[in-house]
Amino acid sequence: MNETKLKELEDFALRVRQHIIPMATQGGCFLGASLSAVDLLTYLYVNHLQINQSTLDDPNRDYLFLSKGHDVPALYGIFVELGWIKKERLSNHLSTSDHVYWHPNRHIPGVEFHSGSLGQLPSVSIGVAMDIKIRGGNNRVYCVMGDGELNEGSCWEAFLVAQAYKLDNLTFVIDRNQFQANMATEDLIPLESLVDKFEAFGLQTQRIDGHDFKQLNTAFNQVRDARPQVIICDTVRGKGLPSIEARADRWFCNFSEKEIQELMEELVSGQQANLTAEKLVVR
Amino acid sequence: MTYEKLLEQTALEDDRFVVMTAENRALVRNLPQSLGNRFIDTGITEQTMIGAAAGLALRGRKPVVHALSAFLTMRAFEFTRTSVGIANLPVKYSSFIPGVLSDGNGPTHQALEDVSIMRGIPGMEVFAPADEEDLVEMLPYIWATENPSYVRINTKPSIIAHKPYEFGKAEMIFEGSDFTMLTYGFMLENCIKAHQLLSDMGYKVGLVNMRNLKPFDGDLIKSILPKTGRFITVEDHFLTGGLFSILAEFLVKNELHIPVSAIAFEEKWFRPGTLQDVLACEGLTPEKLVERIEKFIQNA
Repeated sequence: MNETKLKELEDFALRVRQHIIPMATQGGCFLGASLSAVDLLTYLYVNHLQINQSTLDDPNRDYLFLSKGHDVPALYGIFVELGWIKKERLSNHLSTSDHVYWHPNRHIPGVEFHSGSLGQLPSVSIGVAMDIKIRGGNNRVYCVMGDGELNEGSCWEAFLVAQAYKLDNLTFVIDRNQFQANMATEDLIPLESLVDKFEAFGLQTQRIDGHDFKQLNTAFNQVRDARPQVIICDTVRGKGLPSIEARADRWFCNFSEKEIQELMEELVSGQQANLTAEKLVVR
Repeated sequence: MTYEKLLEQTALEDDRFVVMTAENRALVRNLPQSLGNRFIDTGITEQTMIGAAAGLALRGRKPVVHALSAFLTMRAFEFTRTSVGIANLPVKYSSFIPGVLSDGNGPTHQALEDVSIMRGIPGMEVFAPADEEDLVEMLPYIWATENPSYVRINTKPSIIAHKPYEFGKAEMIFEGSDFTMLTYGFMLENCIKAHQLLSDMGYKVGLVNMRNLKPFDGDLIKSILPKTGRFITVEDHFLTGGLFSILAEFLVKNELHIPVSAIAFEEKWFRPGTLQDVLACEGLTPEKLVERIEKFIQNA
């Protein structure tokens, strides 16, 4: 990946974060979880997936299923930047007059399927990957999952079936931001060693820095063997905003307008915002 | 025509159909050979099978999914409600050993709430053919819709010649002015036999094979209502949420008034055993049905 492309991706991801942060007010959104996924989703949509505005319904497109669901502000921001939805729609966040809310739905062009109930889309992804194989297609399926989501048994059931059917056109992408809703994953239901677990389940496994576009580029272009893939992306909850990064209490955020302004400045300057007015919401 | 032959023929004629099972092959044992990669066995994974069926349906397929009734409906319920239901995808459920057909398995395998929970999903259609002839008569219409559907599979031989099926319509078998039995699925046979016994005793008894639970044939209910004295629902299902509930909802909603009595499982599972033992123990043989129905009439 050359420096020009790298800069393009970094600038794109910055703009996506600038779309996301203002959604964390007047009802709020899952800000921490959205920011951890921005870079890996930016990489996929800008530099990897075979999909564009004219092929959103093309059966030969690549599919990305956002199983994590509550990080959908990242998708909204990316889709605005790609021109798939108008920026004005983001101001409809949580208005019943539109379909821009806390979880993905198919009223948003580019969203392949509704999610939010964790552990559902690994199996939906399997069905799509199976059908592509039955029809002899070359397109690929990506299922983006949270690390906390891996608590759900249905994920592991799906991994078993994916390897049984040798779905080498299917990649599970884990946003490993180290936190589930209220606490660090390792303090509740420890997941490590994740690499060993996925290898033992018969998946071709890689683990990378999910904020490093060069590592993302290398991992997603690695030669595949006959197994389904998993790419564990080590990320930081709240990435880009040092005042909320890697904190258990910054999963869902509902800030004042003033705090949002300070966070927008923090994103660019690194100068930490004063977040005293925020009423913490536990969900 | 058997269920398996009909499914094979349908899938060979229309490549939208894929046959899926969560390792319950009793009804589809011969289909791997004829359907090749359109036969998918996901193992003992009802949730993954339903999720994958939703994915296949997203790609334009019509998956016909098989598992034991209790696990097809309840283990996979949230996948059905959320991935199939919200998207209203045409996943076609073939539910094996519903109601008393789980005979000796015990309460773990007793699907006595399947109609109740499946009909609660917006867009889901629910059917209960009386026997294999009724089943193969109804299935082409059920599989033709673009909605998800749930079918209580029942492959026993028929003891009557059924009328042609019209989608959503019940089958009027006998008309009767004293009271009318409404039933579905496996219980039709014993209701026909009970009808004979009751007729011999001088009662004028109506009998309807409902065929559909959702959509519900309210037009037929309205047409019978002025001509009969009472409805008696007979079902191998919990009282809660099944035909008795559906009928009650319909009557209240339409401000219709008629006495209704119910034969169903009330706050209990049934004693496991051979099917004939179960029917005798739970009061569902023709003779026991007659006794129970006479009590309703005498107590009225």
